[in-house]
Amino acid sequence: MKFLCVNCDEQMTFQERREPGDGTFAAAFTCARCGHTIALLANPMESQLVRSLGVEIGGRTLDPEPMALVRENVVGRADAFAAASSTPQSATRNLQSPPTWSPEAIDRLARVPSFVRGMVRKIYADYAAERGIAEITPAVMDQARADLGLEGM
Amino acid sequence: MSEGASFRTYFEVEGEDRSRLGAQVGEQRRRVAARLAEIRNVVAVMSGKGGVGKSYLTAALALGLARRLTRGVGVVDADLKSPTVARLLGAAGPLALSPEGVRPALGNENIRVISTDFLLADGRPLRWREPEHERFVWRGALEAGVLREFLADVAWGPLELLVIDLPPGADGVADVAELAPSLKGAVSVTLPTDESYQSVRRAMASAQDAGIRLLGVIENMSGYRCPSCGSTEPLFPGSAGSRLAEDFGVPLLAQVPFSAGAVEVPSGLLDRFLETLA
Repeated sequence: MKFLCVNCDEQMTFQERREPGDGTFAAAFTCARCGHTIALLANPMESQLVRSLGVEIGGRTLDPEPMALVRENVVGRADAFAAASSTPQSATRNLQSPPTWSPEAIDRLARVPSFVRGMVRKIYADYAAERGIAEITPAVMDQARADLGLEGM
Repeated sequence: MSEGASFRTYFEVEGEDRSRLGAQVGEQRRRVAARLAEIRNVVAVMSGKGGVGKSYLTAALALGLARRLTRGVGVVDADLKSPTVARLLGAAGPLALSPEGVRPALGNENIRVISTDFLLADGRPLRWREPEHERFVWRGALEAGVLREFLADVAWGPLELLVIDLPPGADGVADVAELAPSLKGAVSVTLPTDESYQSVRRAMASAQDAGIRLLGVIENMSGYRCPSCGSTEPLFPGSAGSRLAEDFGVPLLAQVPFSAGAVEVPSGLLDRFLETLA
């Protein structure tokens, strides 16, 4: 999918994406030559179609989490996923590895607008890693917000 | 662009696609390929018809081969809406999230298993979180996406064999082949009846048209074995297994009598399957 500035006959560059509500997905593209900006507005069905492909318009800033599509879209049991440390196969888990996310924390992260989700995810991951926290849970997220002065996030 | 001039085509507009949709789909394919690179053989078990015992035979094949092959066996339950193979293999959740990916559940004989059975509450159907209207537009894409994640995001590790248990139908195996070009081929399962013959023949023709190698046919419920005396009596009329094998020039891997007990590995199946795979 390419967006062309008709006046300049130039491909426009991706600017940002937002989810303003009502299931609407918005992506803004700007012409680097004349500065003209347009917004692509997708209805909930169109938004879901793009999401179903496991892609994001404009590209991803971070690699998707394992089974992100499954975890974000399947209505299933709350305990379907667990951190490696709490399952029987986890005896050899490397404690130096990055913190894992509990299903509840993943659900909560999914509610953060997508255009800042990567940044927010990194803040929580860094917070947990620096403190040796193996699993990020909603309680860890609350603590991080309090400690880092991020009450608005 | 002057008034009245025609638009250029997508490919005439220079520069990379700034929506980056194509690049992300390419990256998804690379992730699948990278994960499957450690697996020597990827094989699908298919049937055009439901209720033929596909999952039972997938479990039997996996169990028998796991006892023989030292490198390990995995099973993908691609029957997303009606998952059964995980329970047949004694595998259960929860699934562990780890830095290398989602760890598969371990079943009998240490068979590594992924299935929607681990995700769904008992007795609840597969449902999606998003808008209920116009589901037909995006549901197929989501189902393909789940299967892609089952292949790419599960930390399978090195395996000798990954068996994909497909839902009934003619198209599933072609979808898998597109997601996983390393697919070695497909085993078809049928009942002896003429109805099953017609249905499975269409599915096998569809697979053949898609360039997928047909590895052989298993005829299930080829009679009923008496638990008391051990003799086998006819159960269904017909000889669909041998007819399909002849039609497509592939081996009849096994004729399996109905058995009400635990999963049994049909006699001769493993040898013939491994010969075909070689």
